[in-house]
Amino acid sequence: MSAPRAGRGRSVTWTWQLIVGVTAITMTCLLAFVGPFLAPHSTSEILGRPFGPPEPGALLGFDVLGRDVVSRLLSGGLSLVTMATIAASLGTIVGAFIGLVAASASPRVDAVIMRCLDLVLAFPTIVLALLFVAILGAHPALIVGIVALGHTPSVARIVRGAAGSIVSRDYVAWARSIGMRWSTIMTREVIPNIMSPLMVEFGLRLMWSVGSIAALSFLGYGIQPPAADWGLMVSENKSALSQQPLSVVAPILAIAVFTIGANLIAEGLARHVARTEGRSR
Amino acid sequence: MSTTAITPPGVARRGSRRGAPARRLLWRLGGGLVVLFAVSVVVFAVTQALPGDLPRLILGTDADEVQIEALRLQLGLDRPPLEQYLSWLGGVLTGDLGTSLGSGRPVAEVLGFRILNSFTLITISMLIAVPLSMVLGVLTAARRDSLGDRALLGFSMVTNALPDFVLGTLLIVLLGTTVLPLFPPVSLFPPGDLPWWYPAQLVLPVMTLTIMAVTYLYRLVRSSVIDVLDSEYIQMARLKGLAGPVVLFRHALPNAVIPAIQASSIVFAVSLGGLVVIENLFAFPGVGSALSSAIATHDIPVLQACVLLIAATFFVCNTIADLLSARFGWGNR
Repeated sequence: MSAPRAGRGRSVTWTWQLIVGVTAITMTCLLAFVGPFLAPHSTSEILGRPFGPPEPGALLGFDVLGRDVVSRLLSGGLSLVTMATIAASLGTIVGAFIGLVAASASPRVDAVIMRCLDLVLAFPTIVLALLFVAILGAHPALIVGIVALGHTPSVARIVRGAAGSIVSRDYVAWARSIGMRWSTIMTREVIPNIMSPLMVEFGLRLMWSVGSIAALSFLGYGIQPPAADWGLMVSENKSALSQQPLSVVAPILAIAVFTIGANLIAEGLARHVARTEGRSR
Repeated sequence: MSTTAITPPGVARRGSRRGAPARRLLWRLGGGLVVLFAVSVVVFAVTQALPGDLPRLILGTDADEVQIEALRLQLGLDRPPLEQYLSWLGGVLTGDLGTSLGSGRPVAEVLGFRILNSFTLITISMLIAVPLSMVLGVLTAARRDSLGDRALLGFSMVTNALPDFVLGTLLIVLLGTTVLPLFPPVSLFPPGDLPWWYPAQLVLPVMTLTIMAVTYLYRLVRSSVIDVLDSEYIQMARLKGLAGPVVLFRHALPNAVIPAIQASSIVFAVSLGGLVVIENLFAFPGVGSALSSAIATHDIPVLQACVLLIAATFFVCNTIADLLSARFGWGNR
């Protein structure tokens, strides 16, 4: 079932999770990034009656205002996927940095950092985002920032744990004593060893970023109408679920495929990490 | 064959010094209180101290100066921030959460029945999710790698990935409107009525919360039971000739109470995280939907109360789960 490892270096054993996951993510990204160019109609033009059934020019029917669902589906992924990817990347990078600092710092500084992270962790991500959006408005940069902030504590904890065991080793203490710069120690010794769990974490963060941002748009505090967005489409068209389910099911499936893909990639990578470290479950 | 007692791995050894675990616990709890206070500071700061012109934000751009000044005085915004925070905090701790700007009624009155509704929702899903996860976890651990185990793992991997409103909407499509119209797709009922008078309206939201919790929790139970089953302790019990089911149920399941409490706090926390979105999806009159409508109407006191309530409960549940897993070593990621 898994391909033999080829040669030296980190090549990944292709389990079914990774194959399905990568396929799912690729398909959704194509839909999100190439979709807007393939849309047959405009996303804001009213072309039929509200919640009209599918017809030859509009294969998924019409939404709440009579706009073409296919066009809105094709155009609705771009902001979501972009924002989610940026939020996940930002959260992972900043969280990893904080984790590295905490792992190499004195116990006092480490404790202070952990307490501050606990403060962020006290809020469910959606609630944290809603708190800021309520006062400052639904700006995309703000949403990306808050979602990224929500990721930092968990990523920092994991990196701190993984880096902690390396930092306490003798040769790191020796390197410090001869005056090697902290950044050199980190890049040469620590970071290559934490890349694998970090990749797994990034996959999970991507999954949760999509969930949070789509949920914010669903609640009406993310992407604003009349823009096309998968989360927004669900809330707009929910009222006629019994007569025109396609306008809701299509964006739901798009979001689902993306999040499941991200989760499968994270799972596949996690298994690979577990295998290379000699443990099997 | 030695006759020394074999301790199951689930029981923690005593600390080397008397009272050391208790001291650590007090330290953790103290730290937790500090975080709770910090949470209140953050909520207050963002909603009252941070915004440049709160009355204008609430009343809108075409309100006149007289109204804005009146609102500013009414909300006490002319006082220094520290004094505002202390009086707000004092009110929170004594149960006076201020007055709703939307309805003019005390916030505690507005939120009272909503808290009951949300609490009912979460408790019902907890009562189903915890025993179900335990059973599924033990069964799949005992029949590891069987078809059922793999199928359930795959299903949980898929469902865990879905955002809560996606899962909820899928359930509505499958069981509410399109495929099998069995349950009402909205859970609206008159305010003040007790939620358990409307069981049909509760099914879909409870199902969403339960599925989310079970697919996450049963895997923790499963890996914990696998650890125990693989341990030497169980090999020894088997060698002694104890039958399979006896081994499983009397020795592999330590004190059911502690894991159940831990499981409950995890389920509570997971449900709280999804509460806002799920209540919105099903139009369920709870704290989560109060939060989102408070944002829409700029009802700051209600917003403050909802966020504080949800965050404080979330933090307490997570802390309980953390403390229990640190003490009894269960479900470490």
